Amino acid sequence: MRLTAKSTMLIAVLALSACTNANRFDDSAVDLNAATGSAGGLVPGSANDPRSPAYFQQTVGDRVLFAVDQSTLSPEARATLDGQAQWLMTNSDYNAVIEGHADEQGTRAYNLALGARRANAVMEYLIAQGIPASRLRFVSYGKERPIEICSDESCYSKNRRAVTIISAGLTG
Amino acid sequence: MKQIVASLLAVLVLAVSAPGMVSAQGGPLRIEITEGVIEPLPYAVPDFVAESAGAQQLAQQIARVVADDLTGTGLFREVPREAHISQISSFGSPVQFADWKAINAQALITGAVSSEGGRIVVKFRVWDVFAGTELGQGMQFAGTPDGWRRMAHKVADQVYSRITGESGYFDSRVVFVSESGPKDQRAKRLAVMDYDGANVQYLTGGNALVLAPRFSEDGQRVLYTSYETGMPRVHVLEVGTVQSRILQGQDGVMSFAPRFAPNGSTVVYSLTQGSNTDIWAMDIASGGTRQLTSAPSIETAPSYSPDGSQIVFESDRSGTQQLYVMPATGGEARRISFGQGRYSTPVWSPRGDMIAFTKQNAGRFHIGVMRTDGSEERLLTASFLDEGPTWAPNGRVIMFARETQGAQGASSLYTVDISGRNLKRVRTPEGASDPSWGPLQ
Repeated sequence: MRLTAKSTMLIAVLALSACTNANRFDDSAVDLNAATGSAGGLVPGSANDPRSPAYFQQTVGDRVLFAVDQSTLSPEARATLDGQAQWLMTNSDYNAVIEGHADEQGTRAYNLALGARRANAVMEYLIAQGIPASRLRFVSYGKERPIEICSDESCYSKNRRAVTIISAGLTG
Repeated sequence: MKQIVASLLAVLVLAVSAPGMVSAQGGPLRIEITEGVIEPLPYAVPDFVAESAGAQQLAQQIARVVADDLTGTGLFREVPREAHISQISSFGSPVQFADWKAINAQALITGAVSSEGGRIVVKFRVWDVFAGTELGQGMQFAGTPDGWRRMAHKVADQVYSRITGESGYFDSRVVFVSESGPKDQRAKRLAVMDYDGANVQYLTGGNALVLAPRFSEDGQRVLYTSYETGMPRVHVLEVGTVQSRILQGQDGVMSFAPRFAPNGSTVVYSLTQGSNTDIWAMDIASGGTRQLTSAPSIETAPSYSPDGSQIVFESDRSGTQQLYVMPATGGEARRISFGQGRYSTPVWSPRGDMIAFTKQNAGRFHIGVMRTDGSEERLLTASFLDEGPTWAPNGRVIMFARETQGAQGASSLYTVDISGRNLKRVRTPEGASDPSWGPLQ
């Protein structure tokens, strides 16, 4: 939902700009709508290209966070995943791997299973939004791959995550 | 490794005395481990006698390793060599007991080393100084010079067992995960070492993330989890050849936390399907599998009883991680942990009488032990993060991993007696975690 709103706004702004400065913004507007690169516009594959994995990661949001020892999706997480689903729907030649993670406050094997619960919760949500299960899989790293390394909640809260990694699909 | 084992098989009894009971049993030269030793037993171990040219250095080194082993238990205290009155210049000469009594060495260990043609022979005797008698029989071990530490450990195992009446644990190895790099870029590889951290040998290259290796009961094979295929899967490695392979027949999304059954032919492990993780068993030869738990909760960290009839594991079916025992064939599980906090990583002791575990409570981690019915819970350690106990082959000592707090945090291995005394760090070349203690060799 968030993505749709954003995109619409972006296009509206560009359209407005196009009215006042047709030459400068026309190419960009075309780029956005047709998603093809052109010399004077967006660099394909860059974070500005809405069809790029970089755009997915930075603008759509590639990760959702979890409470301690929980795998329930918060309203905020659902909003992010709605955007992910929208993107995956639009960019059907990409697949995704969901990586589940835990913070360091737990034993190794349990955290592997907990990370799997989190990644699976994301995967099931995306499937419920209409993404074919064949395009999705998940893996858990437990507490093995923290992104923040301090030992307090400010880091732990970022490490309790599920990250959707975009990869080129069979047809891509 | 096979070579060393073969060469050490030549164990020869030197002295011909009455076989059977140790003379000092019940006498003064005796440590009852179960009663808890307050005062370590004083002993002396002079440099072993070099019986051939070139054996001088080994003769000293072997005596030092014997002393490190014995003193390291916390049950023995070495009388410093500076205090020795007598010198042992010949292995065969009579012992001047009065000289050792005078420095209050209750036990005396004498030995000799000879070296010839790429082989060394280590002889030793143990003396009960106050009784003025030999404790047990003299023995000798033969092997290659590079196996000298093992021969020293064998001497120490003999001394330990003659004085405590229990088998030792010094001539044993530990497989573990060697760690390098900061927390967010940590590289992990499998390694094996002597129990005291010597002779580290790496078993995997470090490209793929590896976790939680587990020795087979004979110490010849190691089960572990590897991300080599991109997904966590159970692998088995032959220690002798360092050849490893993925176990066939693993269904589900991922499989991990493997452990051998005592028979060595069955593996028990966790399998994740969807959000659910259950415990399965696999026959290694046929790849045939059997599901042992079927709850929607997380069931993991299975460990067999030494007779192979039961499995202890952790489950969060009650809402938090707790310990359960079930028949090895699956079926109804009985909860055994009822204290405050969360219990995990249970491991059945080699004696069959206790279960070691990790406990998380009030922001701290502990290693603890309890009876197999959950009674007599005793916490042995406390820190920011202690995890993953493994038993010494004689069931008297536990090794585990301790991770320190913060951005610079690193993991090391520690040992602690099941009494909770004698907490010691094991020296390893890098960070270390997930120890699994192999059998007495």
